Amino acid sequence: MFGLGLIGFTTPLLLAALIALPVLWWLLRAVPPAPIRRRFPGVALLLGLEDEDQETDRTPWWLLLLRMAAIAALILGFAGPVLNPDPPRDGAGPLLVFIDDGWAAATDWSTRIDAADAALAAAEQSGRRAALVTASEAPEVPALQAAGTVRARLAGLVPVPWSPGFDAALGWAAGLEETETLWLSDGVARDGRGALYKAFNAAGVVTILEPPAPRLALRPAVFENGVIALTVLRNRGGPQDVVVSGFGPDPGGIERELARVEMEFPDDDTLSTAQLSLPPELRNRVTRFQIEGIQSAGAVSLTDDSLKRRRVALLGGAGAEVLELLSPLHYLRQALVPSAEVIEGPMGELIRASPDVMILADVATLAEPDQRALAEWVAQGGLLLRFAGPRLAGSDAGRGGDDILLPVRLRVGGRNVGGAMSWGEPRALAPFSEASPFFGLALPDDVTVSAQVLAEPGPDLAARTIASLADGTPLVTRKTLGDGQVVLFHVSANAEWSSLPLSGLFVEMLERLAVSTRPSRPEKADLAGTSWLAEHLLDGFGVLAPVPSAVALPGEVMVAAAGPDLRPGLYAEGDRRLAVNVVRGGDVLAPARWPAGITPGWGELRGERPLGHWLLTLALALLAVDILAALTLSGRLRSVALILAAMLVLTAPGDARAQSEALISAAGEVTLAHVLTGDGRVDDIAKAGLRGLSDHLFARTSVEPAPPVGVDLESDELSVFPLLYWPVTEMQAAPSPAAYARLNRYLNAGGMILFDTRDANVAGFGATTPTGRRLRALARPLDIPPLEPIPADHVLTRTFYLLSDFPGRHTGTGVWVEAAPADAEQAEGMPFRNLNDGVSPVVIGGNDWAGAWAVDAQGAPMLPVGRGLAGDRQREMAVRFGVNLVMHVLTGNYKSDQVHVPALLERLGQ
Amino acid sequence: MSQPAASLRGRAAGLAQPLPPLLAEAEHLAGGVLLGEHGRRRPGLGDAFWQYRPAMQGDTARAIDWRRSARSDQHFVQEKEWQAAQSVVFWVDRAASMHFASQGHPEKADRAALLALSLSVLLVRGGERIGLTDMANPPASGTLQLERVARHLETQSSADYGAPDTTMLPAHSRAVFLSDFMGDLAPLETALTTAADRGVKGALVHILDPIEEAFPFDGRVVFESMGGTLQHETRRAGDLRARYLDRLARRKAALEALTRTTGWRYHCHHTGTPAASALLWLYHAMERQR
Repeated sequence: MFGLGLIGFTTPLLLAALIALPVLWWLLRAVPPAPIRRRFPGVALLLGLEDEDQETDRTPWWLLLLRMAAIAALILGFAGPVLNPDPPRDGAGPLLVFIDDGWAAATDWSTRIDAADAALAAAEQSGRRAALVTASEAPEVPALQAAGTVRARLAGLVPVPWSPGFDAALGWAAGLEETETLWLSDGVARDGRGALYKAFNAAGVVTILEPPAPRLALRPAVFENGVIALTVLRNRGGPQDVVVSGFGPDPGGIERELARVEMEFPDDDTLSTAQLSLPPELRNRVTRFQIEGIQSAGAVSLTDDSLKRRRVALLGGAGAEVLELLSPLHYLRQALVPSAEVIEGPMGELIRASPDVMILADVATLAEPDQRALAEWVAQGGLLLRFAGPRLAGSDAGRGGDDILLPVRLRVGGRNVGGAMSWGEPRALAPFSEASPFFGLALPDDVTVSAQVLAEPGPDLAARTIASLADGTPLVTRKTLGDGQVVLFHVSANAEWSSLPLSGLFVEMLERLAVSTRPSRPEKADLAGTSWLAEHLLDGFGVLAPVPSAVALPGEVMVAAAGPDLRPGLYAEGDRRLAVNVVRGGDVLAPARWPAGITPGWGELRGERPLGHWLLTLALALLAVDILAALTLSGRLRSVALILAAMLVLTAPGDARAQSEALISAAGEVTLAHVLTGDGRVDDIAKAGLRGLSDHLFARTSVEPAPPVGVDLESDELSVFPLLYWPVTEMQAAPSPAAYARLNRYLNAGGMILFDTRDANVAGFGATTPTGRRLRALARPLDIPPLEPIPADHVLTRTFYLLSDFPGRHTGTGVWVEAAPADAEQAEGMPFRNLNDGVSPVVIGGNDWAGAWAVDAQGAPMLPVGRGLAGDRQREMAVRFGVNLVMHVLTGNYKSDQVHVPALLERLGQ
Repeated sequence: MSQPAASLRGRAAGLAQPLPPLLAEAEHLAGGVLLGEHGRRRPGLGDAFWQYRPAMQGDTARAIDWRRSARSDQHFVQEKEWQAAQSVVFWVDRAASMHFASQGHPEKADRAALLALSLSVLLVRGGERIGLTDMANPPASGTLQLERVARHLETQSSADYGAPDTTMLPAHSRAVFLSDFMGDLAPLETALTTAADRGVKGALVHILDPIEEAFPFDGRVVFESMGGTLQHETRRAGDLRARYLDRLARRKAALEALTRTTGWRYHCHHTGTPAASALLWLYHAMERQR
């Protein structure tokens, strides 16, 4: 590299081209801009005219300067200027770049990559070989390649969402030969760091780069005593404020920030705790907590069932006065209150409270409406948990036929084993089968069952049994009902029939059924026998992404630390969710410790800044200016200026003003309007059609409309237009909901829309034409009353002309208007009924009326209608329909009042 | 019929369609012996009934209208209205300069031919005789003559700027000169005075392209005439605009003054405007009623 103090050049030889500049100067000066040759008959008039201003033949000096500057910038740009060129790295041996790529490095990942890139670029310049290894990789021996090749890999590196250890690196580092090492450390204390440093140091010089900013991490949120405890960790001291936000879906399903807590680190603490009190509804929705502004997997803690509290409704047998300890609900309350929100009350209220789980303890029968409501609730995804008991055993629920709210049929009576009046020992439980949700739970020896209700054998009994006694009789049965399920414990919920409610197994079983949730993280033993599927996984930057397909992981590994085998994320088993977070409950962060005398730094690299691209951009800009200047000089700029002006006009916000002026004039006079469809041809025809109709109205009636306007449904005010003509095209985009709201308001306020499918076919409403389908789609959100084909006595047939049909460019298809009320009756002595007041808000047809009305600027018809005289007649009828329509809009049912003429005449006669 | 001539005739007929047949103004038809449509409001040779008059000495028996006479005791002679035809000759400039056309506009020559032919169509429908000043045969009526005119309009002139030809200009006929009048004005002046001497009146239609009126040029330009005989180079065409427009205005004024002294009429027509407007002006100019 060739340096000039602050600025150096990578290819200084190119600068020799600067010598050519004076030659270029002379060349450019010698060649003036070429003239345009034009054929022009008026030249006879020009002969003898002298130019007023004698301008030099040569290129003007400022243009020359411009071009010279552009060329000079090009030459300098290609010569590769560099600001603050780095002094070349010495050392010729291979270079090893070792990157800590755990979550802690994610925050400033790009600067790390830049630093590595700079080092590799320097190595590339001096032709060294290099290797690039990240801590999460485990190569046998780092492969040495050309530095340029290694450099290409850098862009593809991403941090991993766990803390890779140094075990793998220690394996190969011992065998390193004579290598210089650049270690990009993440600055977090980790086992083996010192050993690895020693290994590297043995092989050659080690440079350690470590960003000075503290690393932040968030421990999993813990729910205790009704509040959420959040703990933020860091590895360095110093006052610092952090903000932790809780995210989750809002009621609309869109992810939002639901909670926010600000925390501060006093001076040198590496741990800060905050407590967050959230209402249960909000708390159950939070899916993750995140440190604001930190893009790292460690700054995200996913929440799982441990934060959630299910709402459980308890309903016991009615009205029995029993001792507290004998109450069927006592043990359930004891098991559930710590981990769930328990509600009790009458059946109807319980269902209205929309619980997650409903527990019926020894309730035999329910009232018919309650039963139906309960079944519906279960079908919508509820979990109904029933316990047997004396009442259920004594009733005939589930006997002889299927009870929808019982998973199996029950035999009459029950059975007693091991009691005073029976033989045999109380039965123990059989181990849970693999298909059972309880699989993996340890069976205490002391859980025995002395009485139970028995299931009637049936074909599906085995499939529905999820727990059974040692002798094979079903103990817990389950069936699905709709989206929900019904579970029956064949024993009572108190300790009368079995010792199950007294054991810890009872709580665990409730938990497995997702009735209750565990307040703390499950232990390894709790997860035995379960298998978990990843639903969402975190990447190194802390972004949560859904997993399309995943391998099930056994429950035992779920308690391990996150790593390549257990990627952090959200795992699911049935209804249960388990979060695997990068940082675990007990973790702390500490700064990395290096051997004495080693101070890792970050700021040594001064930062080369290549200037070439700036100079090249400048050269391009200058050349662009030169093009404009040359065009101006030679008189060719006119079209360019026109294009620029057109672009300016197109982007200028003059539209609103024009629109508001059109609105004001429309408000002052009767103005017909058409809906802009976006199809230029259709819009032109519609406008020309309304212009033709306006002309006819002007000539024939006292209505003197202003020139028609096209309206954009999205932005324009509609209320000033009495009539909207809406030509329907296939490709028309549906208006936005806001536009529909305004259209409905327009219709309700007395506006009228004339829909025209223009295909002569749709008004039959057997519509299969494309525009007909489009019309249906467009009109569906509109507030349109029932329609009927226009009756012969509709007021539209006589508002100005007496009409019997309504042709446009097409004839014969029907026209639909608002249906007459059913009680309309034939008026006495009149050919029409006594119809409703008001104007039909829509008129729908397919006759292409605008096409028949359309006139060009000279007032001549634009499109042919029919043939010969019959065609003229048809066009006339189309115009008459238009006149009648506008009259109908403007005068309403005025002509219908003729129905009263006989009565008026009679009164006049008296 | 060749293709361009057919197309020109078709367009001319289309342009002439909305207008009624045209009877050209005729003051001095005494010299004309050809029958035509011009009712002279007096008895004479013609087709249309004029009046019955009692037979007088000298009327041949053949002249007596027996049907009328049978209704009375007198003999009547049926007199016809004297009808004659007027000749209208056209000079349509077909020099190179007329082939100039700016973007989106027709050539001036095309517009001139269209106007001449559509006026001819109207005149022929009115029974008048038409012709071109540079055609060998005299003015005549009928569609055959239209065909001949249309074909003749196809011939080109190699000159850069045209000059009117007055060889075929019958006395007391009417004439229409269509040109851009960009060339020397002296031949035109001669032609007009010659025509005025022969009692010929008519109209000058000055056909210009919108570009020629606007002169929207700028920068360094070498202007060339259509034939390439004239050249003018300028470095800043924009500076010439005012002076060019001034010269053009003076030329128009000169043409108008010329027409005033010779009793002609002058109209300036731009190819950017519809031909119908010029045709309408021509129609009124030719049928001028006192």
